[in-house]
Parts: sequence; C-alpha cells; structure tokens
Amino acid sequence: MTVEIRTTGVKPIRNTFSHLAKRFGDKNATRYQESAYDIQPLVNFHYKPLWDPGRDLYDVRRTAVVMKDWYALKDPRQYYYGAYTITRAKQQDALDRQLDFVEKRDLLRILPAAARHQLVNALVPLRHYEFGANLNNSHMAGYGFGTAYTQAAMMNCMDRLGMAQHLSRIGLLTDGNTGESLTEGKRQWMEEAAWQGVRRETENQFVARDWFELHVAQNLVADGLVYPLFYQQFDAAFAAQNGSALSSLTDYLMRWYEETSRWVDSVVKTAASESPENAKLISEWTVKWRDVWVTALKPAAEAALGDKAGEALATVTTAFNIKAGKLGLKL
Amino acid sequence: MATNSTQPVFIAFQDNNDTRPIIDAIMADNPNAKLNEMPALVKIDCPGRLVVKRETISEMAGRDFDLREIYINLISLAGEVDESEDEFVLEWKSK
Repeated sequence: MTVEIRTTGVKPIRNTFSHLAKRFGDKNATRYQESAYDIQPLVNFHYKPLWDPGRDLYDVRRTAVVMKDWYALKDPRQYYYGAYTITRAKQQDALDRQLDFVEKRDLLRILPAAARHQLVNALVPLRHYEFGANLNNSHMAGYGFGTAYTQAAMMNCMDRLGMAQHLSRIGLLTDGNTGESLTEGKRQWMEEAAWQGVRRETENQFVARDWFELHVAQNLVADGLVYPLFYQQFDAAFAAQNGSALSSLTDYLMRWYEETSRWVDSVVKTAASESPENAKLISEWTVKWRDVWVTALKPAAEAALGDKAGEALATVTTAFNIKAGKLGLKL
Repeated sequence: MATNSTQPVFIAFQDNNDTRPIIDAIMADNPNAKLNEMPALVKIDCPGRLVVKRETISEMAGRDFDLREIYINLISLAGEVDESEDEFVLEWKSK
C-alpha cells in the first residue's frame, strides 16, 4: 500500500484591505499598517463642529504645514495599540524593579539633606512640565490630521503621565512616602523664580493653536533641551557629588527620550522635506521656540547646576542645533 | 571573503506576522534572491550567497532586533552558516 501525502495551497482572493492594497500592493499588511493607514474618516461629515463651524471635524487647515499625503508622517517605531502597550508594560516591570532596589536600600534617603533638597528642587517640579506636555500632546492628537500621526501623539500623551508619575516616585523615595517633596515641587513650580520661565513657556504652549507648531515646540524643541539638560547634565553633576543612585532612575527617562525622538524627528524631517515652504515654516518655529526655551531654562539650569549651568546649557543647545540641521531645518 | 560559488542556498521561515520584516529585509538585501511562498511557509532561494542583516530587519520592524530571534520561526536552511551579531550569512564555501 502506498500513502500519498499531498499539500494543497488555497490562494486567498485578496491579501489585505483594499485601502491598504492601494498603497502597498495586494500583499499581507503588517499590523501597524492595518491600524494606522487611512483609518480617520475623510468624507460624509454631516455637520460642522459647533466649536469650529468654519472647518470640518478633521481638517487639514488646522496647521499651516501642507502635506500631499498626511500618512507620510509614519511612526518608525511602528507602534499600534498592541506593540505599544506590550513594550511599555515590559519597561514598567524593569522600572519597578529599579525603584524597588533603590527603595529597599534607602539609597536616596541616606543622601545628605542638602543633596536631597537639590534633587527635589531640580527634578520634582518637572512633573508639572510633563503634565503640560501631556496636555499639549492631547491637543496634537485631537486636532492633528491622519491616524498615523494622531495615534502616535496619543501614545506620547499617555507616556507623559507615566513620566510625571516616575518623577513623583523619585520624589517619594527622598521623603519616605510622606509627599513633602511633591508639595515642595509644586511650590517650586508655582513660586520659585528659577522655574517661572519654564512654567511660562509650558503655559504659552497651551494656547498655541497650530498643532504642528506645537509638535515642534513641545516634542522637538522643549524636550530636546529639557531632557538632556536635566537627565544627562544635571544627573552627571549630581552623580559626581553623590554617587550614581539617582542615575539608575533617570536612565529610563533618557532611554524613553531617545526612543520617542525617533518618532518626533521622523515627523519633522518628513514634513520639512515635503516642500521648501514647509521647511521654512518649521525652521522658523524651531528658531522661535528654541530661543524662548533657552532663555526660560537659564535660571532653572543655574538653580540646579550652579556655576556649571552656562556650560551645560551651551552643550545641550549645540547638540540640539546639530540635530535640527540633520532634520533639514535651517537655524 | 566573497565566494565564487553559484550553488543555490536557501532559508525557509514560517509565514507569520513576526517573520514579515525578516523576509522583507532579506529580499531588500539580496537582489538575486527569489521568494517562494508555500502554504504557511516562505522559502527564499538565492544563488551563491544570502545575507541576513540585523540593521535592515531593525529598520523594517521598527525596533531593536536580536539576530538570534530568527531561530524562533526558522524552518530549514541550506548552505554553510557564518554568523555574527550583525550578519547571518549562508554560502557554499568549498569550491
């Protein structure tokens, strides 16, 4: 007796949705493509929104930037809901272990009182900066155009809550969970002269209407200066005096910043390379916000870093200018 | 070291969402490679030499990729293997 083993292939009539086939050809689409491209409705809006009767619910005219295809602003990390939540959950696990390590050994509480104050004054007020960034990214997600962009902005928005929480937990490690550091951080943010510049610009961003300008102001410029200044420069200066306990906690903030920069930079680069008009507009926004942020950060840097502040801020600004140049902006 | 052999090498993966960036990367890096899609598996044939590059896969997948991850969905391969952190090369070296 012979047994014949035969395989039969059944060819599917179509491999993907027709709107994806139109963009990428009729082949299997990735999860990211399925969840990002052409998801936002474009037609058949029955009513104008009451809060903006001159425009549609989703309207390209909410920014001065012009794109032929808004879905060119894709996320190089290819985050859709699943990939994003799985990545963040893994990172949160690692972060919890790190915080546990510091808490069990009381690494921040055993620092001298002066060092603890320095840490609280320099880092804890930044939780309010993160809340501001949360609000700003929620504006970009709400008024932006194209799911490829808006879904990434929404994820960034959620990330900011995590960042604010992480900074709060660093504060709580210094005061033994009494919450004193958070009260002091809020007071610093509201009252101390050193923080008023950062607070003013964070709040100025709340009233910027153009969502792409806000993306440039918040995610490219402000983060591009604040993150390296505090989590690299301040962190290094603090570690030189007090050991590296704090660095083990700020490390994640920098890694998050580097990861998120891939998205932020790619959006700016793609939009700037679309047309000379876009490049000019984005360059102007970048210069405008860079100048106000460098001025605003000066007193905060001086309070945190003392006489090293000038040098630290210059290093950070130079690095930012080089990065912006690589993105096709003229500063 | 370039090989003169034009003997075919091949690599076959399960056809799923995880291998898509790997396959795309291989096809981008090897102009002579031929893609054969079969039920539930994808076989890539290439004369002489086939290279799998970590960097290209990272770019396609949008994340850091450890080359050893290819073993999870690897079905079969033919050729002598030369493996480093950045490249996985298949070729017939003798003659």
